[in-house]
Amino acid sequence: MIDAATLLLVLSTIRLATPLALAAMGELVAERAGVLNVGIEGMMLAGALAAFATGTATGSPLAACLAGIAAGVALAALFALFVLRRQADPIVSGTALNVLALGLTGVVFRSLNPAGTALARAPQMGELAPGLNVFVGIALALVVGVALFLGRTRAGLALRAVGERAEAAHAQGVDVARLRWAAVLFGGACAGLAGSALVLWISDTFVEGMTSGRGFIALSLVLFGGYRPLRIVAGALLFGAANALQFRLQAAGSTIPYNLLLMTPYLLTLVVLALFAGRARAPADLARPFSPRE
Amino acid sequence: MRFARALVQPLGAAAIALAASAALLALIGADPFAALGALANGALGDRIALENTVVRMGPLLLVGLGVALSFRCGIWNIGGEGQLYVGALAATALVTRGLGPDPGAVSLPLALCVGACTGALWAGIAALLRVRRGVSEVLSTILLNFIAVLAVAWAVHGPLQEASGAYPQSDAFPDLARLALLPGLRRVHAGLVLAAALPLAIWVLLFRSSAGLRLRAVGLSPDAARYARVSPERETTRVLVISGALAGLAGAIEVCGVTGRLFENLASGYGFTAVAVALLARLNPLGVLPAAFFFAALASGSGAMQRVAAVPSVAVQVIEALVIFFSVSFALPKSGAR
Repeated sequence: MIDAATLLLVLSTIRLATPLALAAMGELVAERAGVLNVGIEGMMLAGALAAFATGTATGSPLAACLAGIAAGVALAALFALFVLRRQADPIVSGTALNVLALGLTGVVFRSLNPAGTALARAPQMGELAPGLNVFVGIALALVVGVALFLGRTRAGLALRAVGERAEAAHAQGVDVARLRWAAVLFGGACAGLAGSALVLWISDTFVEGMTSGRGFIALSLVLFGGYRPLRIVAGALLFGAANALQFRLQAAGSTIPYNLLLMTPYLLTLVVLALFAGRARAPADLARPFSPRE
Repeated sequence: MRFARALVQPLGAAAIALAASAALLALIGADPFAALGALANGALGDRIALENTVVRMGPLLLVGLGVALSFRCGIWNIGGEGQLYVGALAATALVTRGLGPDPGAVSLPLALCVGACTGALWAGIAALLRVRRGVSEVLSTILLNFIAVLAVAWAVHGPLQEASGAYPQSDAFPDLARLALLPGLRRVHAGLVLAAALPLAIWVLLFRSSAGLRLRAVGLSPDAARYARVSPERETTRVLVISGALAGLAGAIEVCGVTGRLFENLASGYGFTAVAVALLARLNPLGVLPAAFFFAALASGSGAMQRVAAVPSVAVQVIEALVIFFSVSFALPKSGAR
């Protein structure tokens, strides 16, 4: 028998793990194609704001969710333009994208909600079944879909080949640039979706900088999971559990200062990286630019 | 010729970024000329504005210098903010708790020293994780940022909170632990003289010493460097520790020279701005001086822009991001090259 408190903790774990799993799936696909996307934090943030603005304007969680995805894709396109087209450094470009997202969401949010006005509440995404939010359903489908795509389809094989040996894939007639573009845009869509989940499920409003490092934790999860979808989900659940426990302690009035409790996810990520990052084998051509030689 | 190109590219990047920002401002319905004019006026318009800008330059200069140095070695230290915060935290702990009631003249140099060392140790964690455990410093330094900011928040709500307990901030520093103002000036303090001297020192280290050559060699090609008996691991550790020390020193200077106490949001976003500073300077330590001035002007003018033209001050971050984008899409020097 599970008592009510444990059940709540399990539900809270799933709730906090879902955005991480969504964003990490997108990052996984981008990295498997050889593109290191450090900008998912910013893409999530843009997704969250777009979902909030659209949700409060239309009242439709579906429209809000789609707007969130579109915002993630738009920023991903900008990232791809610099990294894939101009072959700019992905780490610097990703950092710039994160700063851009912080600034842009701040400007837009403040002009939509001038100081002093009451903040509208975003509509909430419903449940597929009791206890099963739509976002959990999407995340499950996404994980299974990505696992099957990467492991069982020709396109997935081609995508992995592009990440491992872009030169060889090109020689086999694979369009390296097109696949990488597609992978980056898919990553942006997932990050935007994860940002939407923050607004349409985890919290019903937008706060500047509300992603607070979730994008970087998702990046770390890809390493932790050794680039395998199911192990990444296990990692996301571990983080969800740690965060759920931490919130539980806060709510229970623990004597541990809450600023120290808030450190939990970041400390845990560092520990997990220290234990597992060295063992994960990254795609061989990760973060290497490719330009076909004729 | 090389000199001309070194000037044209950053000026071009800054100009394009400003133009693009003006277009964006027009897009959200603001008057771009009024906004940028208010910004320039707020940053440079009168003596106090100019002094404020120079004061803001200090931390950007030091952290940006560390970023430029580490990028030259191919190390992505994005943790300047965290290193600055722990430097400020350690200096404050020393001044308000560590020293007795009558600390004497040693307190100031000691505080700056402790700040720099703590920043170096904080970056040293990232170096250790990278060298021993293969953890990318991009992730570790960012994660350490969050931890450092929360540590400061905890300290000013807890062990370092002022005696009266009124606000989440530390006690004010005694005068002996404060950096003196320069004669005839109202904001500019002695720490800025130190900060302004460091770019030349780092330039000499980087381009006129064998240590700098080793460091750049690792940035160009770790494998070739190893072949020449230069250990990339040792250079990685060295460069992270130096850049951490610079950021930690910046934190100590901020509390000893500007604020006189520790509080939350002491310098939020400075770590990322410093990346923009280093890139606009094309990773040249001497170029960090004008680049830090440019971003300090943006930061200190942003308040006036918000008041006069009703453009949110966070718009400055958009300009920062655009400068980074346009700096990297012009050819950057290979990380180790000249």
